[in-house]
Amino acid sequence: MSETPLLQLSGLSKSFGSVHALTDVDFAVHGGEIMALVGDNGAGKSTLIKCVAGIHGYDDGEIYFNGEPVHIHGPKDAAKLGIEVVYQDLALCDNLDVVQNMYLGRERRDWLFRLKEPAMEQRTAETLKSLAVTTIKSVRQPVASLSGGQRQSVAVAKAVQWNSKLVILDEPTAALGVAQTRQVLELVKRLADQGLAVVLISHNLHDVFEVATRITVLRLGRDVGVYEREQTTQQQVVQAITAGIPTKVAGIPETTPELAS
Amino acid sequence: MSSEVDVAAPGISLPEEQEAEEERGLWRRALDNVRTGNLGILPIVIGLALIVVFFSFKATNFFTADNFNNIIVQMAGLTMLAFGVVFVLLLGEIDLSIGYLSGIAALAVAEFQLPGSSHEYPGLVAIAIAVGLCALIGGVQGSVVAFVGVPSFVVTLAGLLIWQGVILQVLEIKGVIVIQNNLINNLANYYFKANAGWIIAAAVTGLYAIGTLGGVIGKRRARVAIRRPLLIVAKFLGVAVACFGTVAISNHASVPKGLPLAGVLVVIFLVGLTFLAKRTPFGRHVYAVGGNAEAARRAGINVARIRVIVFMISGAMAGVGGVILAARLNSVDLNVGGGTLLLDAISAAVIGGTSLFGGRGEVRSALIGALVIATVSNGLDTAGYKTGTIYIVTGVILLLAVTLDTIARRLQVRSGR
Repeated sequence: MSETPLLQLSGLSKSFGSVHALTDVDFAVHGGEIMALVGDNGAGKSTLIKCVAGIHGYDDGEIYFNGEPVHIHGPKDAAKLGIEVVYQDLALCDNLDVVQNMYLGRERRDWLFRLKEPAMEQRTAETLKSLAVTTIKSVRQPVASLSGGQRQSVAVAKAVQWNSKLVILDEPTAALGVAQTRQVLELVKRLADQGLAVVLISHNLHDVFEVATRITVLRLGRDVGVYEREQTTQQQVVQAITAGIPTKVAGIPETTPELAS
Repeated sequence: MSSEVDVAAPGISLPEEQEAEEERGLWRRALDNVRTGNLGILPIVIGLALIVVFFSFKATNFFTADNFNNIIVQMAGLTMLAFGVVFVLLLGEIDLSIGYLSGIAALAVAEFQLPGSSHEYPGLVAIAIAVGLCALIGGVQGSVVAFVGVPSFVVTLAGLLIWQGVILQVLEIKGVIVIQNNLINNLANYYFKANAGWIIAAAVTGLYAIGTLGGVIGKRRARVAIRRPLLIVAKFLGVAVACFGTVAISNHASVPKGLPLAGVLVVIFLVGLTFLAKRTPFGRHVYAVGGNAEAARRAGINVARIRVIVFMISGAMAGVGGVILAARLNSVDLNVGGGTLLLDAISAAVIGGTSLFGGRGEVRSALIGALVIATVSNGLDTAGYKTGTIYIVTGVILLLAVTLDTIARRLQVRSGR
């Protein structure tokens, strides 16, 4: 793991009117690691990634990318840095095929404005192969005919094929069955193996403990702790989610184990 | 779109010995397609053939070369409008103003060629002004839809009323404007000499062959699987037969002998707009916005810009259609742009298989649908039926086509295609 974090947020704050969605949040993720971002509904997970993705502006704080301070004013800025987000609803067009979706908005064309279909098809097949996505029979089949896991795979492949350095996955397994979930988690692990930094947002602690290297817990817009997966238990994380006190890692009181079911 | 689906694995080109298997596979796949409801344009083509056979027995002067030419010229204007409708429907929007917008184009082209007036321009300039004006109007309507967020149904319904009003106001005083400019009138009244017709057929076939070959070479070079080589050959043969067959019949006609220019114009726009829709990033983005506007926006596509341009295309095609319709009558009168033109244009696109809900359809569906509508109305007309019957039959065909399409789609969903 590299010494400087790929992405580091320090003291990030964001409010919508009088609602403080994020207060003084610190967050860091390194290349090659899977950082899980967990928290109850309304904890600020989505707001945090939307700030990073450039969809929301932030009020206060600093964002460092590769140690350099950066300003992200829109999705284009984020994409330029190599940050890609896979949203919960995937943002795929059902009526287009896999190749068309992979290149949507960034189509390759020649001087006559013609789409370079063969080149795009070949690259798509290569990308899917490098991620060991083998369940998709043809890259020319419409996304409408794919299963949930296959769609998720396409969405992830779409995010990583632009030489991205950081991939943020918002609830990638929320709508999937057991086998499909396994498929997607394997894929997430492979991303980290390839040296990408991965931020995984999930409600499912079981999934989180299966793949994450570290876990950041948000509660009521504050970060209440960063845990090494190896050195923590689901109980501790659940306690942080439900009753964590924002005193940065230390000072989590040992309480009520029945909460941890 | 779904007709392009197949099961060839990516990145694997078929070795020679598999070609025979591919051939058998084609039949199996065709059967599969029928069973799973992936019918494509097959039902429409069969329906059209039945219509032609029916009227050939019913009316003595239907199945003649003269009437063949007649149908081509009759449907040319409608087809142009329907081309524009396809783009609007691909977005999941609707444009109700195109009927009277085509009237505005007819009015403009007649006005700007008016001999002896202060604004008499050459025919080509008058046409450019008319089409440009319609594109501009389409752009304004599209902007209200895209930037303000008023539903396109309402915006273009207002357009329908407004442009009808403008036509009435202008023509109430003038009555009829006669078009004397030869260039404009020739759009619907010029017929190519026999040899010129053959050359055009050869040129179209040749260009199609070059285009197809280019695609195959590109795929070979990128080592991407070439799907259904037999289908490519079959398509090429179909295009060749259609081109040369059309010219053969047209040359056989007696009164207006030869291939009509209007038909050639339809083919030019068919090729150009198909290229725009299927081969350019813009066309891809139109399908994307129609399929999932939010996904398109997140992919960095300027959705508002796409919407405005599509409404400009719709307006411009209404303009082109209006000019051809005016040229056919050599004049513009109070009925211009009215009647069933609007609904026929939308019906044509839908009968041809374009979805009303966006993201699904082809430019060629407009041509196929217009062919059906023009053939039925021409056939009923030559067989001596009244206008009422024509409307009823057209309505039934529209209902049948869409019902069949809906059932086919449900079958597709059920079989997971």
